[in-house]
Amino acid sequence: MSQASTEIIRISGHAGAVAGEGLNREFTVCKLVDTTTCIGCKACEVACLEWNGYTFTETTFDNSYQTMPETAWNYWNLIKFNEHERADGSMMLLMRKDQCMHCADPGCLAACPADGAIVQYANGIVDFQEANCIGCGYCITGCPFNIPKFSPTTRRVFKCTLCNDRVSQGLEPACIKACPTGCLHFGTKAEMKELGETRAKQLRDVSGFADAGVYDPPGVGGTHVIYVLHDAKNPELYGGLPRDPHVPLSVRLWKTPLKWLGNIAIVGGILGMAMHYMRFGPKKEEPIPPGEVVNNERRV
Amino acid sequence: MTTDAVSRSSAAHQDEEKIVRYTLTERVNHWIGALSYIYLLMTGLAFWSPYLYWLAAVVGGGPVARLWHPWFGLVFTASVCWTFAEWRRDMEINASDRAWAKAIPDYIQNEDDKLPPVGRFNYGQKLFFWGIFYGVILLLLSGVVLWFTETLPWSLRFLRYAAILVHASVALITIGLFLIHVYMSAVLEEGSFGSMISGYVTRAWAWTFHRTWYYQITGARPNPGSQPRSEPRSGQ
Repeated sequence: MSQASTEIIRISGHAGAVAGEGLNREFTVCKLVDTTTCIGCKACEVACLEWNGYTFTETTFDNSYQTMPETAWNYWNLIKFNEHERADGSMMLLMRKDQCMHCADPGCLAACPADGAIVQYANGIVDFQEANCIGCGYCITGCPFNIPKFSPTTRRVFKCTLCNDRVSQGLEPACIKACPTGCLHFGTKAEMKELGETRAKQLRDVSGFADAGVYDPPGVGGTHVIYVLHDAKNPELYGGLPRDPHVPLSVRLWKTPLKWLGNIAIVGGILGMAMHYMRFGPKKEEPIPPGEVVNNERRV
Repeated sequence: MTTDAVSRSSAAHQDEEKIVRYTLTERVNHWIGALSYIYLLMTGLAFWSPYLYWLAAVVGGGPVARLWHPWFGLVFTASVCWTFAEWRRDMEINASDRAWAKAIPDYIQNEDDKLPPVGRFNYGQKLFFWGIFYGVILLLLSGVVLWFTETLPWSLRFLRYAAILVHASVALITIGLFLIHVYMSAVLEEGSFGSMISGYVTRAWAWTFHRTWYYQITGARPNPGSQPRSEPRSGQ
């Protein structure tokens, strides 16, 4: 993949044109996570830290294999574990690699007020540009997957880059490189969708998982990280994967109708006041008519 | 010089005499509130629209604006609270305000002599005060959520969703109130702006715009023998 894949098609908090807007690529990139063949080894977690240069920090033990409760500003890739008891009483240890989903319609970018702090590339990657981040945390509000995380020391927000620095140089993301079972795949969105559907069909037809399917939520325009799930009807079982994620309604209301209403009201109000002054002029004090007031001599 | 001319010239002289309208503390508090609100407005508008993001650069850049906006919010809140404690009684809405409210069209058309006499503050000023007071409460509550937005657990995310809408909507309402306030006091009503600097208004100003207050503070009273130039409305 060439540098052209990192042509920017969408910019947060941006007034004016975007260089790559409307650019059509033949393909976008995609990560496929097959939760049915994940063994929870966490090689992807380590590879992510290694590649992105973060140090190992203290982890949280809460009677589970999970490294910490949720991703952190310096821990972008986390396998979520869930001991799930099925209807027949048998147990399943569900494991899902949690990270940024790289939505086609990113809520973080919609909510962000800082020019250029979040960009979307033509290859589908949604990337934070921390140099432009102001640390307001609106992306945290906009994200339906609880991914952007605030660093108190730098007062900037961080998340998975889908290894944009590797992908733009023709390499696959670090997590993919490290996966020993081959449950992680990387390629074009079309290829990954096809591979995922093939695997889901195999799970349904051969392995007895009647509800197996691919998770590629349409509410956010599809994602550039997709999952194969044994039970696609209950994505919540996989560490709280939302059933039907959307950019929050309040973010949409705030960024579209309220913005227009507010702007029209402010401009209209200023024009109205200017008109009022020109039509009616200033209010001037009037002299107190003689004889109108008695006992007016007292000084105050 | 006739007797009439003498009395008129002395009345004119008296018209220009100064009356204290705002104490030094009131004025200092007003300007603390005003300047902090202007800072909040500039940084808030920068976060509101990409087309106004340059406003953040004017006051030190986006990250600095994000850092200081909440603290200036606290300063503004403190200023409003002090005003509330000090002016609460002057701002109570009474029967005469209801009569004044009916005459708002006359007020808009600058036919102030058709209005019932008002006390220290008129109904419009009272609405402004209560709008800012209740607005600041909502802005503070939603603002705290936005200030520490990253510390809220995922299960309480609805607070974030509510806070962005409440903060933006209430801020817009206060912007409307602010614009009207600035227009009326600094542009429309001559003598008002200066009174918030010097603290003084003239007798004529007080008699024209806040007649009840003028009588209260000077001990003067209307001459029962003189004909009012126009009938005050009922219900005062």
